[in-house]
Amino acid sequence: MNRVLVANRGEIAVRIIRAAHDLGLEAVAVYSAADGAAPHVRMADEAVAIGPPPAGKSYLDMSAIVEAARTSGAEGVHPGYGFLAERADFASMVEGAGLRYVGPKPEHIELMGDKARAREAAEAGGVPTIPGSEGAVTDADEAAAVAGKIGYPVALKAAGGGGGRGIRIVHDQAMLHSQYKTAAREAAVAFDDARIYVERFITQARHVEVQVLGDGERTIHLHERECSLQRRRQKVVEESPAPRLAEATRVGLYEAAIALCNEIGYRSAGTVEFLVDASSGEFFFIEMNTRIQVEHPVTEAITGIDLIAEQLRIAAGEPLRLRQEDVAPRGCAIELRINAEDPANNFMPSPGQLHRVVLPAGPWVRVDTWMEPGGEVPPFYDSLLGKVIVWGPDRASALARARRALGELEVESVKTTKPLLAELLRQDWFNAGEFDTGTLERWLEATTNGSAGA
Amino acid sequence: MADHEVVTPVPGTFYRRPDPDSDPFKNEGDTVEAGDTIGVVEIMKNFQQVEAQVGGTLSRFLVETEDFVAAGQPVAVVDDGA
Repeated sequence: MNRVLVANRGEIAVRIIRAAHDLGLEAVAVYSAADGAAPHVRMADEAVAIGPPPAGKSYLDMSAIVEAARTSGAEGVHPGYGFLAERADFASMVEGAGLRYVGPKPEHIELMGDKARAREAAEAGGVPTIPGSEGAVTDADEAAAVAGKIGYPVALKAAGGGGGRGIRIVHDQAMLHSQYKTAAREAAVAFDDARIYVERFITQARHVEVQVLGDGERTIHLHERECSLQRRRQKVVEESPAPRLAEATRVGLYEAAIALCNEIGYRSAGTVEFLVDASSGEFFFIEMNTRIQVEHPVTEAITGIDLIAEQLRIAAGEPLRLRQEDVAPRGCAIELRINAEDPANNFMPSPGQLHRVVLPAGPWVRVDTWMEPGGEVPPFYDSLLGKVIVWGPDRASALARARRALGELEVESVKTTKPLLAELLRQDWFNAGEFDTGTLERWLEATTNGSAGA
Repeated sequence: MADHEVVTPVPGTFYRRPDPDSDPFKNEGDTVEAGDTIGVVEIMKNFQQVEAQVGGTLSRFLVETEDFVAAGQPVAVVDDGA
């Protein structure tokens, strides 16, 4: 494989082009009419226009992208994250055109994209899943019987819901009986599907994920990332190692992730996501992301392994070069996501022209971005402008470096999440590593109410 | 009678329906009240509602679904009947 097409835009397109060039490969960019002047277009060895600004007519146009790969002589396609990553039909189309897909086998994308089948695969590999009903329950009595077995509190979840919607938490049997009908009625109205299933509710949950790398025959893990700080299910800060995680839990997570990948013969980079019960240390499989993730540099910073270069090598047909004992993490890494959103105005998206851009630098500071002075942030795509990744020999020094690096960052005339991140880095609970998946939203709510009253 | 322009606060892609399978928020000739949603603008994978500032009759739309709109651009006209 000498030439790879990058089917994405923004910071991840820049990142993949760099990895390709580091390996001596040529990179082909694709771009919409809104991105003609974007850095990924300039950095690539060739760039192909694929359509008008809306993603549906450009970055999501599978035929246009495969055609661009063919005409440009690319031999492989890297999907990045978002857009067509995790679309089994796209992976199949790429492979059907005689090109290499820089990612997992299409059947594994499909398997992990189907929640019920993914859960079955996890259970088959001996990976713990959140205790709950087998599929939907028929009535409140059956729900109560399940809840009695798995223990309260439980979540009554709408079968048609997702992304945090259609969930009711009940704390005992009486509450379950009083809430069940309402939950079913609301589910019918909201999702046109009254089916409810029951699941254990973890009051204090942490989101911890394990990075894996496989070649279809063998899998290694590259340790974990802690991603509990989320707003509306979007990660805001990630770090590794996960603070305040018992060693036994950590090892259990690695073993579970490897077991799942070996069970299916996973190829390429992937992430197995878990919920960890902060009080008991129990952990449960949530899902597997069959792509490179936004927060992959956190793992690169502690391991010194270029995950995207490894993906490219594996896609070229090389066996996995690394043994588990070659993965020797050192110190602590933290990633801060810089989004074009105004935290002072309910995270209102803030597109427009960038006038002033000053990026942090110096020892153990990495900035993955596509921001540059004069650059245009289009309103058509997601709001991620870049990521500041810092490393330190321990968490305290990584936190100090994060504050220093963020202080150097200057972005004008587009609003960014920098003020929120700066405030976050001042919080005692954050510095102590004491948080769960609900902490950020509770803190934001309290801060907003507090400042409104001040 | 006085015409009032309904403007979008943000740039992006305009839609008259909440999703492709639903009815439009409003049709031309419909009565609207101040605060009623008349469309949404997709910006950076978020949807921002565009609301009428005054009540009256929605006399016409100035843009169509999937048109690109700039911040502050008028998207519809409401006649307040005054």
